[in-house]
Formats: sequence, structure tokens, C-alpha cells
Amino acid sequence: MGNNPANVKTVYYFGTCLVDMAYPKAGMAGIKLLQREGVEVIFPREQGCCGQPAYNSGFRQEAKDVAWKQVQIFSGNDYPIVVPSGSCAGMMKFHYLEMFKDDPEYYEVKKFCDRVHELTSFLNTVLKAQYTDKGSPVKLTWHSSCHARREMGCTEDSKALLRQLKNVELVEIEREHECCGFGGTFSIKQPEISAAMVHDKVEDIKSTGTKKFLTGDCGCMMNITGHMGKEKVAIEGQHIAEFILERING
Amino acid sequence: MASNAKFNFKKSITDALADKQLRANFKFATDALRGKRLAVLSDPEETLHLRKVGNAIKRKGLTQLPQLLEKLEAKCQENGIIVHWAETTAEANEIVLGIMEKHSGHKVVKGKSMVSEEMHLNKFLEDKGKLPLETDLGEYIIQLNHEPPSHIIVPAVHKNRKQIAQIFADNIPGVSYTEDTTELLAIARGKLREHYRTADIGLSGVNFAIAESGTLCLVENEGNGRMCTTVPPVHVALMGLEKVVEKLEDVPPLYRLLCGSATGQRITTYFNMIKGPRKAGEKDGPKEVHLVILDNGRSKILADTQLRQTLQCIRCGTCLNHCPVYTRIGGHAYGSTYPGPIGEILMPQVEGLDKKGMLPTASSLCNACEEVCPVMIPIPNLIRRLRDESYDMDDDGIVKGHGYKKNRLETMVWKGWKLTQVNATCNKLMLLGVQIFGNMLPKVGPLKAWTSVRTAPKFARQSLKDLAKKEGIRNE
Amino acid sequence: MSNVNSSRDNIFTRLKANTAASAHVPEVDAWVPAPITDKKERVAKFVELMSAMRTEVHQVKGDEWVAKLQEIMAERGLKNLVYGQGTDISKKLEAAWKGKKDIGPLVPWTQDAEAFRDELFEAGAGITTTMGGIAEAAAMILWPSPEEPRMLSLVPPVHFAVVKADKIWTSFAEAIEALDWSAKSPTNALLISGPSKTADIELILQFGVHGPTDLIVFVVD
Repeated sequence: MGNNPANVKTVYYFGTCLVDMAYPKAGMAGIKLLQREGVEVIFPREQGCCGQPAYNSGFRQEAKDVAWKQVQIFSGNDYPIVVPSGSCAGMMKFHYLEMFKDDPEYYEVKKFCDRVHELTSFLNTVLKAQYTDKGSPVKLTWHSSCHARREMGCTEDSKALLRQLKNVELVEIEREHECCGFGGTFSIKQPEISAAMVHDKVEDIKSTGTKKFLTGDCGCMMNITGHMGKEKVAIEGQHIAEFILERING
Repeated sequence: MASNAKFNFKKSITDALADKQLRANFKFATDALRGKRLAVLSDPEETLHLRKVGNAIKRKGLTQLPQLLEKLEAKCQENGIIVHWAETTAEANEIVLGIMEKHSGHKVVKGKSMVSEEMHLNKFLEDKGKLPLETDLGEYIIQLNHEPPSHIIVPAVHKNRKQIAQIFADNIPGVSYTEDTTELLAIARGKLREHYRTADIGLSGVNFAIAESGTLCLVENEGNGRMCTTVPPVHVALMGLEKVVEKLEDVPPLYRLLCGSATGQRITTYFNMIKGPRKAGEKDGPKEVHLVILDNGRSKILADTQLRQTLQCIRCGTCLNHCPVYTRIGGHAYGSTYPGPIGEILMPQVEGLDKKGMLPTASSLCNACEEVCPVMIPIPNLIRRLRDESYDMDDDGIVKGHGYKKNRLETMVWKGWKLTQVNATCNKLMLLGVQIFGNMLPKVGPLKAWTSVRTAPKFARQSLKDLAKKEGIRNE
Repeated sequence: MSNVNSSRDNIFTRLKANTAASAHVPEVDAWVPAPITDKKERVAKFVELMSAMRTEVHQVKGDEWVAKLQEIMAERGLKNLVYGQGTDISKKLEAAWKGKKDIGPLVPWTQDAEAFRDELFEAGAGITTTMGGIAEAAAMILWPSPEEPRMLSLVPPVHFAVVKADKIWTSFAEAIEALDWSAKSPTNALLISGPSKTADIELILQFGVHGPTDLIVFVVD
């Protein structure tokens, strides 16, 4: 149990569309980790996608409509908005501003953006969560999403949480800085290049000699585990929230 | 241009990815260049400061571009440099040819110039019966092999030593196969020194042109740039009009950024500052110096303050070295003078989205380029902008060829997607659909592309929204 | 040619129209490497960094460099040494070479390049003065002159250069100010940080591709 020094009472949770559809357990784990710090979690069930797929694909107006909807859904209170994805958080924290920079809604959007936090950095730096590892010794590696690293800058927070788990050995991956090739619609618009990238990423993960990799972004996870499945590589991928919850519950 | 019409990006990507040697060569080189950069730009705080300075100098320069160029022209003329203006690459080629013919010149020795690549100058001059000779070692190698550069700083980076040995043996009369780099270097040195001594014209690019003093600055390691600008009787310098800076004091930070980002050096072997032709009493240097200033679409790019940032580029090539796409497909696959991230944003603006609009699709928007760009060009955002203009759904595009991708099907897909994300009922129906049918979708279209190297996504039986409701998580 | 003029006009018409809506540019503190105030340290940095790029640096007192130069000439059997007349160093060179027959001769550059070029391309070495040096990214500053033309530091395979320790500044920016560079620099000005080099084959660093293979610097105190 942490100490929640800032005495945060309530947060909003933005689950992300991919977690909603494919990784709900990871999403629930994030909620439970927040609750464990004595924080009440509100999960507005009207929420949708952050808008990034359209934003990155040339359909800015559609992205903007979706973004504006999210801004409204989370406008009831000024609670922090916690997101179990560096990429979606980056979209909402930085790119909403870019999209609305010439609009009268800018200031309202900006207030929303300022409240956005990536889950692991919120747990580590705001709530100062403390974890006791109850699991058996395990070796694993970490994959950082590009936006977790370069937009939200939360990679070190994720690793700091993992380092609290005394039976977990974190083996750093070579070329950690490099994209796994997901890139949202990039993976289907440039499938050959994306395939080459994910192939190399899987090779780098294999080279760590671990049987498990963790990540804070389910887009990367779906990409990497999808390729591992196809190539029959026996390495498991898991969202960091789900993993931490398992470890501390024993 | 005919060559553009035939350009098939998909095919060149497939071919490049299938070439294992090519991929190995690029991986080796870009890994090394990234490491070298980090060794010089090792202090993150100082690097950020330098990048902010570089960004401010180039941005300010662009806002004052007409004034700076007028000043540059006046000062160069005062110094005895003959200044030419070219709106298009065709005009620039004719200017160079005109200068050569005026001097009955046949042989031109060339220092490295990306603008000359943009002009396809070698092909143009060869067609006119002239002899353009590349002298930068990398350029020399690929000219022997009749190829364009695959990288804007290290043009022969796609070839390894064995391949270069073969190129020398196949193309230089009297040379037998050797993998000894010292021998290869000696062969090139021998050939090229003879050419410098006997060339009619020397040609170069320009890294920075200083407006206040009419000085052309050239950055290089080999000395071929100095040879080309010093030994032949006539020197022709080619520059894109964005290369002008206001004053000498702007140069040291830009020079450091260029060296550090391009090759991981604190300083290059030579920094060559040229202020005009040979003056009375001087014993060497060209008797005539020409400066050809090329527009080729650049002045149009200025109009939009977001797109304008493309012109901040100092051509260091570090975005290529850091791009996970470039490092896998290499420079030639882009079928363009400028490859990699900078090419993805520059080429469509110069040649039109209808011709080069596919280039911005070759990015996962990982932001690696933006993180290292010495003048802080927001490349990912510019890629997004060009993707927007490719569809031009709002009919407000300004880039040439905008809207080339507009199509009903893709638009309908995104409009439908939007509905499921802004309307709670539609969202519920969509989630239900995914839960029931998601795992048995036919593998066609996007899912086919996805599953070519991956298993299909596995959709959950219950969405997070279902779980949250069940667990009694507060819903607002 | 009217066509050329219209190109210029067209370009400027667009440039002026398209920069009208200029964007704000924030002021940023200038980037200036921290000055190394101690001369000894400055010289040491210069020597360290020049040497790291395969320049041979000899630190000498007063006129010792002449003897060292002759020693190197003899050691390497250099064919001759081209120099410029009427410089800081020319008198010393001429005096030292007087009657000297056991090393390559001293060759003054007196003619225009057109007449001298072929001889220069066959030369064994060249020697020049310098305007000084910069320490933090080590390079020498050369301002070629009628006495010491541009090719003297470029064409012969060995380049000897004399740098006065008093004229070593911390940075390029400092040297620009100290030398009043903008106003006073000649037709061609140069920074030279080492022998000619390339990494165009497999990124392997190789020296002596077009210009001098060896750069030998005397830092004179």
C-alpha cells in the first residue's frame, strides 16, 4: 500500500478502446491498482476511442469529433484522467491541443489535456505506490511504446514500479528505443515494413532469453504477441498493470 | 517526370526488404552513426539548448527570407560572385550548362551537392556531351555503379566493402579486385587528383550562405570540396534558397549541430568559407565564381507556417539514421532525391502529393526523427498534415496534388468508426458485434494484411465496460 | 537574359507574399561554449583534440620548430617543401635551409597557380602559417593570402603548419570576435582539424583521400 502523499481522492479512468475490446483484464487491473492506493475510480461507460487511429490516418475531422466527445465526457469534474496506455495518453495530452489550436474550444481542451496521466507514472510519481512481491522468481523484459517513451516520458516510471518487485529480474532489451512496427493503421497500410519491424523486435526480445515481456501499451502487445503466435515463439506478453496485480496478490 | 509516373513504392519496398545484404548494410551503418552522434551530443541539456538555438536561427531566417536573399545577392555581387536565380531544376541545369559553354568547358569535378541530385544534373550534362565527375568518395563509388545516393550524407552506405571492391574492378580500367580499403582509397585518390588538375569547372553545394558578408560555407572531411572550389578556373556553387543565414555568428551553432548530427563529429576536417573569385595579386583560386540559387517549390512551401518548418532542414541525415523504416528499406526504395523522414515531408511538397503522396505512409509515427532533429522540425506532425491533405476531406488542402487519395469507401469506414466512438448506443452495439463476430471475421482487406505475419486479434467475451459494470465501478 | 530576370522576380514575388504572415520566433540564449580561461589548459585541449584526429602535434619553444621540421623532412625523406615568401616564417626557413643539402629543398611559390600547378601536385610537402586555433572542437584557422595561396595547405600530401600558442582561442565564436572575422577575413578562410579523411567505405575511417595525408602542427610558445 502506498502513501498517496497528494491525497488524491478520485480519478477518472480512460480505458482505451483496444483494452475495452481485447484486453479488459489489463484495464481492470489498472483500476484495481488505483483503488488499492485508496483512490476512488470513476469509469464513464460512455467513453470511446481517443481518436488516434483517424488522426494518424488522414481523417482529422473524424478524429476531432471523437476527441471533443471525450473532452465532454470527462468534463463533469476536474479529477485526474488516468490512462493505461502511453500512446493514448500522449494523444490526449499533446495532440488534442494540436488539433484544437485554432478553435475557441482550445482552452477547454487544454484543461482536459492537463489532467491526463499515464497509469504507471501516476502510480509511481503521484500516488507513490509501494509494492511487495509475493510471486516466485521470474526473468522478463520490457517493451516501451514509442509514445510512452517520447511523448509521455513514462518509461522510467514503469521500470521503477517493476524494480520494487524483488523476485522480478528485468533484462533490458537491445534497441529498446526502436518501434515495434505497430503504428496503428501503419501496420495495415505498410504491412511489409511493419512485418519487418515486428520481426526484428521479436528477435530482440528472444535474445534477452526471457519467457515473458511486459509493456504498458496494448497496441504494441497485440502486434508483438500476434507475430510471436504466428511464428510459434513461446514468449508471453502481458500488460504491466495485470502483471503487478498478480505479483502483489501472490 | 516520367520516372515518377513509373515509381512503384510498394514494389521497391518489397524488393528492398527481400535483399538481406542491403538490410544488413543499413542496419550496421545506421546503428554506428547513431552511436557516433550520441558520443558527441552526449549532454542532453546542452544538446537541447543547441537544438533550440538552431531552430530559432533557421525559423527567424525563414521569416526574413526575401530580405536575407536580397542582401546575400548584393554582398556576393560586391565580392565578385555572379548570382543566378532558378525557379525550376530545368532552369538551374541550363544555367550550369550556359556557364560551361561560355568557357568551352567539358570536364566538371563535383563536390557533394544534394541540390545537384535534385536537379539530376549529371544525367543532364551527360546528355549534353559533358563529363560530370563526382569526387566525394561515396559519390564516386555510386557514380561508377550508375546509381543515385542512398543516403544524403553517406551516399554509398548501402554497399559493403566487397561490393565496392567489385564496382572498382568492374568499372575502372586496369584495376583488379581488392578488398583492401587502403588500396581502394589509393586508386580513387590517384584518379581524382588527376581530374582536379585538369578539370574545366568545379562544382559544389553550399551548407550555409552568410547574407551579411556574401560568404559561402562548405562543410567536408575529404578535401574534395576544397579541390573543386580551388583548383579549376571556374567554380559554380549550387544552393537551395533556404540555406541563407543572416550573420557569421549564426554559423558556429549550426555547424556544431550539423557535424554532431550527421557523422558524430565535433568538427569536420575542413570548414571552407568562400567570399569570391581570385583577387588581383592572389596566386590561386578560381577566376570566376557563380552562385546558382534554386527555388524548385521552396518559396511556395513558405506560405503555410506549419509546412514552412520543412525548410529549416540543414540536411544532416540524422532522421534517416534514426528511422526504423529507413534503416530497413534503405534510401533507394523511396525513389526520391531525399529519402527517409525528411524526404517523406519534403518530396510531396516539391513534386506533389499525387506523385509522392505515398511516401508519408511509410512511417509508424514513432517520433524517433523528431527527437533528434537538430533544428526541431516536427516531422511526425508534418507527416500527419500531408496524410490529411492526401484525402483533403475538408477541401482546404494547399499542397500540390492534395486530395489525390479521396475515396468513398475509406471515408465511409472512418465515418462509421466515428459514430461508434461518439454515440454510446453505437459503441455498445459495436462492442457486442466484436464479442460475437470479432474472432471469426474473414481474413480479407486490413485483416489480411495484419494476419500475413500475425495471428488475428483476439477479442474478449466481455468488454472492459461490461467488467466495470459488473464490478460496480462508478460510472460518473 | 530576360528569362533569368523574370525567374528572380517570380521567386521574390512569392517569397514576399509568403513571408507576409510571419510566425513569432522566441528569443533563445546564444550557444557559446564555456571559455577556457587558462592558456595552458586551452593549449592542452587543442593538442589533445588535434592529436585525437591523427594530427601530429609538436609543442616547441621559440624557433625550435625549424630544427624539428628539418628532422621530420629527413626522417621521412620528403622530396621538397613548398612555402610562401614574405611571411612570419619565411625568413627562418630560408636561413635554416641555406647551404643545407641533406634534406629536400625549399621551394618558394612565386607564380600564379596556372604556371605552378603541375609542380605543386608533385610536391612532397607544404608549410603555412595560421591565424591561430580553436580548442574546444580543435581546428586551426587559416586565412590564405597572396603569399600563402589556398592550395598550399591542400595539394601537397604533407601539410606543416605553425600555430602560435597565444592565438589559440576556446571556440570558433571566440575566434570570430577576436579576429574581427566578418570585416577582415580574406577571399577564402578555413578551419582545418586534421588530415583529409573519409568514412565512405563501411564507415571505416581512412586518411588522405584527396588532400594531405599527414598534418603536422607546431604549436609555438
